[in-house]
Amino acid sequence: MSSSCRRPEHKAPPEVFYNEEEAKKYSQNSRIIEIQTQMSERAVELLNLPEDKPCYLLDVGCGSGLSGDYLSEEGHYWVGLDISTAMLDVAMDREVEGDLVLGDMGQGVPFRSGTFDGCISISALQWLCNADKKSHIPPKRLYTFFSSLYSSLQRGARAVFQIYPEDSKQLELITSQAMKAGFTGGMVVDYPNSTKAKKFFLCLFAGESGVLPKGLGSETSSRNVPNQVQFTGQRSRFKNMKGKSVKKSKDWIMEKKERRRRQGKDVRADTKYTGRHRKPRF
Amino acid sequence: MKLLTHNMLTSHVKGVINGYPLLIKATEVKVNEVEFNPQFVSRMIPKLEWSALIQAAEGLGHLQDLPGTPIENYENDAEFLRKVHRVLLEVEVIEGSLQCPESGREFPISKGVPNMLLNEDES
Ligand SMILES: C[S@@+](CC[C@H](N)C(=O)[O-])C[C@H]1O[C@@H](n2cnc3c(N)ncnc32)[C@H](O)[C@@H]1O
Repeated sequence: MSSSCRRPEHKAPPEVFYNEEEAKKYSQNSRIIEIQTQMSERAVELLNLPEDKPCYLLDVGCGSGLSGDYLSEEGHYWVGLDISTAMLDVAMDREVEGDLVLGDMGQGVPFRSGTFDGCISISALQWLCNADKKSHIPPKRLYTFFSSLYSSLQRGARAVFQIYPEDSKQLELITSQAMKAGFTGGMVVDYPNSTKAKKFFLCLFAGESGVLPKGLGSETSSRNVPNQVQFTGQRSRFKNMKGKSVKKSKDWIMEKKERRRRQGKDVRADTKYTGRHRKPRF
Repeated sequence: MKLLTHNMLTSHVKGVINGYPLLIKATEVKVNEVEFNPQFVSRMIPKLEWSALIQAAEGLGHLQDLPGTPIENYENDAEFLRKVHRVLLEVEVIEGSLQCPESGREFPISKGVPNMLLNEDES
């Protein structure tokens, strides 16, 4: 996906964008195949699976199954979920080893709790940041996805998403919804100094928090280009971004005050009474 | 759809509390050979809802005379693991549907792929 053309997520909903013509590229275009495979390799590395054990994994936005092929090569078993029938048709023609399910991750992943040893997703998650239907509320769809994924994973399992975020606001939205759903972890950025090679991997831990791996190509990274973004308390301030805070809640008031301060307005200092409910007075 | 996948799938229709196990209604079933990996099968057994597996396999006529509960020391019983392997990974539902036990909602299976997409009022 080159950055020169408009972002595919802005062109059409995924089930429309990934039509037969687009899907064909995934079995014919050697460049696409190479990139998908490379990113899958890195994602699996970041999953940090137990050595020499065949695992049961979920591939979200599995598409044509290029990512899944890599999982099979590594001796793992997988289930792929995708919203595009054209992409799944290509996966079937390619006779992938994984089992395929047609579904919309924004509606939640339909698996019972503790099913998977891990989850990977290559270039799919950013699609959830778009509202393709009137009823789509991106923060809500992200939350539904992450909370159902959390429960479908074994405690201690990881989920690794390679994503193409549009901007930092989108990253913020994605990570905050993941945290709300109970995940810990953060963003690993490979080759942070290269516009071409730079890659974002959201690494999430279910249950136990691990140590966030380092991004590649970070030796040369200058101080102000982070190659690792751990979730911190500070970030949770954005939890309810996108106007999602409950009106009049403490968060809502604090955010409003913070906004006003940034605009240079005179704002009363926060106290322990800020946002507290008061008894009705007569 | 393999029976391993079926063993993990639940109905996620809004408001449904117990959407498991999904009832299989099959019109076409196939058996595809898959390389046997006893380690994987052994690892999966404790994760399975055994009774749902037995029910599903029986319904498709592929029970392989599996017992009502997994046998003891199954890790060392290649014959038993092979049977479980067949049921989990080789028997596939190609056409048919899955029915949510609570809401009655049917999810079609076509070309081996269950369609779990929900309508707007179901999600
Ligand atoms: C860049 S492709 C990934 C290709 C895949 N890794 C492969 O090996 O072919 C992104 C995929 O995400 C899927 N996708 C986008 N939005 C989705 C959603 N809401 N639910 C499920 N899949 C989705 C698309 O249909 C597409 O197949």
